[in-house]
Amino acid sequence: MCVPRPLPTCYSLGLGRDKLEASHLKIMKPNRDVGIVGYGAYVPRYRLRGTEISRMWEGEQGCTPPIKEKAVPGLDEDVATMSLEAARNALKRTAIDPSRIRAVWVGSESHPYAVKPTSTIVAEAIGAVPHTLAADWQFACKAGTEAMQAALGFVGSGMADYALALGMDTAQGRPRDALEYTAGAGGAAFLVGPAEESVAVLEGSTSYVTDTADFWRRQHEHYPAHAGRFTGEPGYFRHVIAAASEIMAALGRKPADYAHVIFHQPNTKFPRKAGRELGFKSEQLEAGLLVNDIGNTYAGAAMIGLTGVLDVAEPGERVLMVSFGSGAGSDAFDLRVTDAITARRACALSTRDYVVRRHEIDYATYARHRGKIRME
Amino acid sequence: MEIARHWRLQRHRYSLVGEVCNHCGVKIFPARDVCPECNAPAKTPYTFSGKGEVYSYSTVHHPPEGFEHFAPYVVALVRLVEGPLVAAQLTDVEGEKIEIGMPVEMVTRKLRDDGSKGTIVYGYKFRPVIAGGAAVVAKDAAV
Repeated sequence: MCVPRPLPTCYSLGLGRDKLEASHLKIMKPNRDVGIVGYGAYVPRYRLRGTEISRMWEGEQGCTPPIKEKAVPGLDEDVATMSLEAARNALKRTAIDPSRIRAVWVGSESHPYAVKPTSTIVAEAIGAVPHTLAADWQFACKAGTEAMQAALGFVGSGMADYALALGMDTAQGRPRDALEYTAGAGGAAFLVGPAEESVAVLEGSTSYVTDTADFWRRQHEHYPAHAGRFTGEPGYFRHVIAAASEIMAALGRKPADYAHVIFHQPNTKFPRKAGRELGFKSEQLEAGLLVNDIGNTYAGAAMIGLTGVLDVAEPGERVLMVSFGSGAGSDAFDLRVTDAITARRACALSTRDYVVRRHEIDYATYARHRGKIRME
Repeated sequence: MEIARHWRLQRHRYSLVGEVCNHCGVKIFPARDVCPECNAPAKTPYTFSGKGEVYSYSTVHHPPEGFEHFAPYVVALVRLVEGPLVAAQLTDVEGEKIEIGMPVEMVTRKLRDDGSKGTIVYGYKFRPVIAGGAAVVAKDAAV
């Protein structure tokens, strides 16, 4: 059996896009200027090559996998420990006292507990407790950017000076399922704060959400289920392209205005296709397209792409980030990089430092790391 | 009451928080409220940098209850740059040559996992220091 390709061979765009009216072009931007004060990434060191998965299920002559390799968490890692390292990296790029952080929000679909927050563990460990909000967010792959939207609004309202938003996942794919090739591990943390302290200032954001069941996991189920190719056009492309088109239209931008663009990256094809459809050049996607090396990090995917961009972006450059979460929706953010980036990014490990740190494992080790071997 | 014991220790375990003696300046880990050098009261919290080096190490093949999931694993005595000697697991070391004097850094990881119904205990471990400065433009061609 050849691995089913997630990209539809034939589809048409335009659902929603061509019906935009002025009233829909509602951009979100708080009265108080806000931005990203600190950012940090994390990727576990273990890598499983796509060819090792195809060898397992297709034999030595298996077809070409959709990505080169994916990151796999260690035996002692989960979304809490990974979020904590990303948060510490974000804090290293700032000089603020962690006790001033008024919210720690972790977006994920692989929280270690069904009931008990990941966010309190992170908040306790970084020293943000006790005068902070803490909550876990869930919206498939856009839980992290949903937390970002809330953090930007929270700081923008003046209720807080700093809020920490994270997107992190240790994604699970059912053995032999197409998603097993791409379900990776990693993510990012963004400390949101006043614009005057930011490395990237928010120019505006938007969100585009509908009830579209393209991917889901019921309670007590170990692996997610998906609707195959349905996740392409009605899911990913409809929401990503609508959110990107709307924010550009509302802010009077065109693709050439951005130095970098980051799309949610479940594979390499979807973001590249979305970029082409919107009029972006492949060079604009390059710095933020990490899926080929670390896999789809779900709630962390677009956000860790943004950390990769901030590692190389120059002051004054514009960046567009568009997430996608099944279920379904997209958040789009228009950011302008500031002069502060130059000194601040060297204060912690770069995203690339984590990407090149790799220890290759075989399928048996992967099965052990991901709890696929029943011991009792 | 394991839950209460872990809860009392979590601040120290999550972030390597010990104490500093305000009388003689010695950094103390774990916290013990009395300076081991000058016997003065020492209750001022001090967060260690997490940097150190391997003082000695051994591999555990027959783990105690609660640690079976991680075996075999390496335990080490780590000499922190601030002075104290700390016993902890080394992590992310598969395929690495572990040596006495090897630079390590603290990370917070799962220490033990009491089954699917129990709590997860997190705390400090040490890993080889990650080299920074990777070229940010190196990208492999898409498959």
